[in-house]
Amino acid sequence: MNSTIDLQKVAAIIDGYGCRREALIAIMQDIQAEYKYLSEETLELIAEKLDISIAKVYSVATFYENFSLEAKGKYIIKVCNGTACHVRKSQPIFDALHDYLGLTGEKKTSADGLFTLETVACLGACSLAPAMTVNDEVFAKMSPESAIDLINVLREKEAGANG
Amino acid sequence: MAKGFMIIDGQRVAFDGEKNVLSVIRKAGIDIPTFCYYSDLSVYGACRMCVVEDDKGKIDTSCSMEPRDGMVIRTNSARLLKHRRMILELLLASHNCDCKTCMKTHCHLRELAQQFNIINIRFQDTRPHFELDDSGYAVVRDPNKCILCGDCVRVCEEMQGVGIIDWSRRGSKLQVMPAFDRKLAETKCVSCGQCAAVCPTGAITVRNEIGKAWRAIHDPSKRVVVQIAPAVRVAVGEAFGIPSGENVLDKLITALKLMGVDEVYDTNFAADFTTITEGNEFLERLKNGGPFPMFTSCCPAWVKYLENHDPKYLKNISTCKSPMEMFAAILREKYAEKDAADGRKTFHIAIMPCTAKKMEAARDEFKQDGQPDVDLVLTTREIIDMINENGIRLPELELESPDLPFGLGSGAAAIYGVTGGVAEAVVRHCLPDKSKNALRAIEFMGLRGQKGIREATVDVGGTELKLAVVNGLVNARRLLKDIDEGKAFYHLIEVMTCQGGCVGGAGQPRAVRETKKQRGDGLYNIDHSAMFKRAEKNPIVVQMLEEMGEHHAHELLHVNYVKE
Repeated sequence: MNSTIDLQKVAAIIDGYGCRREALIAIMQDIQAEYKYLSEETLELIAEKLDISIAKVYSVATFYENFSLEAKGKYIIKVCNGTACHVRKSQPIFDALHDYLGLTGEKKTSADGLFTLETVACLGACSLAPAMTVNDEVFAKMSPESAIDLINVLREKEAGANG
Repeated sequence: MAKGFMIIDGQRVAFDGEKNVLSVIRKAGIDIPTFCYYSDLSVYGACRMCVVEDDKGKIDTSCSMEPRDGMVIRTNSARLLKHRRMILELLLASHNCDCKTCMKTHCHLRELAQQFNIINIRFQDTRPHFELDDSGYAVVRDPNKCILCGDCVRVCEEMQGVGIIDWSRRGSKLQVMPAFDRKLAETKCVSCGQCAAVCPTGAITVRNEIGKAWRAIHDPSKRVVVQIAPAVRVAVGEAFGIPSGENVLDKLITALKLMGVDEVYDTNFAADFTTITEGNEFLERLKNGGPFPMFTSCCPAWVKYLENHDPKYLKNISTCKSPMEMFAAILREKYAEKDAADGRKTFHIAIMPCTAKKMEAARDEFKQDGQPDVDLVLTTREIIDMINENGIRLPELELESPDLPFGLGSGAAAIYGVTGGVAEAVVRHCLPDKSKNALRAIEFMGLRGQKGIREATVDVGGTELKLAVVNGLVNARRLLKDIDEGKAFYHLIEVMTCQGGCVGGAGQPRAVRETKKQRGDGLYNIDHSAMFKRAEKNPIVVQMLEEMGEHHAHELLHVNYVKE
């Protein structure tokens, strides 16, 4: 979980695919798995090594919602918005977190760089609705209050780790 | 290639090798509307305007439909008309319709909206407002007028091989932009302007600098001196109903004088300097063993391409300035005295078929004390607009010849505007055989034509020289790759960025391949009727070169693009 992207490592990932153009998406997925997002320098390097235009790489990267061009927080929160969670009021949970983290408009990551808030179509955990995940750990039967409590617990943990 | 008959609107139409139903329909005399179809680019099928209905009532796009024998289609059923009108209405709803002040002279969207009688738009434009990008030298991008036809994306990638602009995001957020929504000036754009040439609306337009021209012309303290590039004279008439390829230089000169321009010269004059200096440089390289290939340097977008995309080849570019810049350098020197004597400052305008020339004129290499040698570059289309603005009816004008001494050019100079022309001019200069038969032999050696990459061999003093002529940057890219991999070797390569050469430049009136060919043929006609066909036969050029002396000529006419 590095926050800065090591371009040499990125180059190694691209080389691992033999710099093949058709592997563009797979390459971007692997890099994102490593660093959680794709930086401008990363995309430039991909374009250079695959010999395709940077505009084309950017085009593919922005086409898929799954690729993120912005650095993500340490904790990625995904609030489930599938049918079961939705009818059990997942939206108020999302809204509460959104406000509590001070997010506006396109901004998905909190100012302290700790949390990124996203929605997900269905976690496949409908019996636990409304559900959410924090870095792939599932939290069941949430409410706006319990979600904010969770944020506070994580923040304290971080403060403890740094202090 | 498929052959057969199909029924279009009840009429039997033969087809033979047409690549799509759309071409067959147009051949049958029906002008089916399109935004995204461009015969030289890949089929995209985005605009849906070219839809047709088959005998089973199925609707599909004719641009992406292969002709089949026995096919029955309708092009104008009630459903199709409704469909097209709806597309137009939706396009107009999400389009900035400030047509009154739009820079686009011939907007295809507006033409079709009028043709289909769209007078009421029922939908509101809910899109956010996007910022105008006027950072580039050649073109201005206004995303608010984009209809997402993708012509610019495809021309940039498929014809020019640079892919500066592309799609971003998707669905209702889909937009055309450079990567990371950068300004064009921050990209590796070569300023060829072909995106503006194919754009059906005002979303990408050529930078308009007419205002600067009028200010200079109306300023009594300025002496406005114009040079006109070869490709302009065979295209400018098109806007006034004169056939493509017809040389209207003489009328254009009259028009410029009527506007108030003081002196009008011919870029062909400077092209003769280019041929001689470039030819001599080539012979010099042959003597010294390279570096090969030697690339021609007339095309500023090509020079920019190497700078931005393949700088290792910059040392291979001829060190000769382009004819425009040679002209400007000579003019600046010759007119310094004149300016001092009568107190008027010379303002030099170059009329070019090219948008990249605007970028070239702004290069530091062509500035003296911060002042560019060419004060202003106007495209053919801008000069057409100025002629119209003054209410001048070009076809009815009397004829006038260029002023002297910088108005005399050879036939070899005229063909600088067409692909293969620069190479041919240089070969004419370098070949020791100066007979008429030699000229004919050069004409048919393979330099002329329309193909993207053409090759020829020529014997100079016992050595067999390999030449290549390229038009379209994507072809140049291919050739460079072959050279990289050691699969190809040439002594001289002429590159022109635009299809067909300068006659197909983005500053010219909108044209398809056939029109560009007619313009090229027009230039060959000028060459045929020229008094002399070789640069070194230009008496004024020869005399001036002698007066300059070798050292000074080198200073004045050469440039080094390699950055230390």
